[in-house]
Amino acid sequence: MALALQTFATAKDANGALKAAGTRYLGGGTLVVRAANEGDVSVSGLVRSTDPALSAIDVGGGKVRIGASVTMAEIARHPELGALAKAARAVGGPAIRNMATVGGNLFAPAPYGDFAVALLALDAAVGTDDGERPIETFLAGRGDSRAIVTSVSLTLPRADSFRFLKVSRVKPKGVSVLSIAVVLEQAGDGTVSSARIALGCMADRPVRAKAAEKALIGRTLDPDGIAPALAAAGEGTAPITDPIASAWYRAEVLPVHLGRLLLGLA
Amino acid sequence: MAKVPVQFTLNGSEKAEFIDSGTTLLNALRDKIGDTSPKGGCHQGTCGACSVIIDGELRLSCLTLAETCNGAAITTTSGLAEGGVLHPLQRAFLDAFATQCGFCTPGMIMAAKVLLDHTPNPSRDEVVEALSGNICRCTGYEPIIQAVLTAARANSQNAA
Repeated sequence: MALALQTFATAKDANGALKAAGTRYLGGGTLVVRAANEGDVSVSGLVRSTDPALSAIDVGGGKVRIGASVTMAEIARHPELGALAKAARAVGGPAIRNMATVGGNLFAPAPYGDFAVALLALDAAVGTDDGERPIETFLAGRGDSRAIVTSVSLTLPRADSFRFLKVSRVKPKGVSVLSIAVVLEQAGDGTVSSARIALGCMADRPVRAKAAEKALIGRTLDPDGIAPALAAAGEGTAPITDPIASAWYRAEVLPVHLGRLLLGLA
Repeated sequence: MAKVPVQFTLNGSEKAEFIDSGTTLLNALRDKIGDTSPKGGCHQGTCGACSVIIDGELRLSCLTLAETCNGAAITTTSGLAEGGVLHPLQRAFLDAFATQCGFCTPGMIMAAKVLLDHTPNPSRDEVVEALSGNICRCTGYEPIIQAVLTAARANSQNAA
């Protein structure tokens, strides 16, 4: 079945066309064209926008606004986005990274969406024509979202405060067993003063490990210090089962990989 | 459904076609234009057999809609040989027995070409990374990696 593609100069006009039933937004095509190729008959029309604002990266004052159409490859090679490069390179192979967009990654179902895991740990704000929303709120309701995501904005982390790990069986490119992103602030004595931990593949979309975050506060980053956080890491998660790993396996290895990341061994 | 016009440069020559809206570039190239060098493997973005170069970047033609390529310059493996002389990558793949069934080869060569265009003397790790989106079920990859490294050496000797 053919898909009718409509192209609009602005995201606002594209938003209007997206209201029609069966219509999906076309970013890089790695989700929606794939769905159509797989025979997803719920997709009958596609809408896209060539608005230049969607492809812009604006860095300033320690913050960045990334247009929703910016690709993983553009982030990975941007000289001022070095902190995000590892997470951007975790997505797909070279061809996928030239296509897959930041906006699309927010909608990628597990086991995909590794970059969105990083954005969740970094507390990014997701922009639409209606304004900005915290990524956590956005992800929780993403299935009902009918407004085109136009941007993500975040405060760039200091290199030593942000850690990202994608665990996969095939190197260098494989589908995630799980992914973990951590933003840590430490006091002068080395104890953790704030922690934000996001997990991929531990639910159908990126989720925070809030119990582990809480258990890290006031602790030092050594095996004894992080033990309570590791014990609590799986709290509230519902890992996916797919051909890569079972839910049981993901739950078993989460504390191992989180531990390695926190101890700087990953 | 109404046809839509598409116009782009394929391996240096102008192409114009009317296609059904929503046609993938892979299907447009193979079924309308007659360039069967990109292969339809998984149609999911997993195997890389359909890889082509669009405006200098490696892309998957199975996930790209043809009508989004208006005005683009597209390179496929069938455009690499010049006057019956194989491209150094094609020569190296043959010499290194890097093709067995050959189905993944055009995609591998596209990925390798983009690598060598930007990085004429890649390390082995860079070759592995560049080919990481392309799956081969025959060779075990080693002959392919060797072929790309050989082609890089041949290129740099020619340039010297």
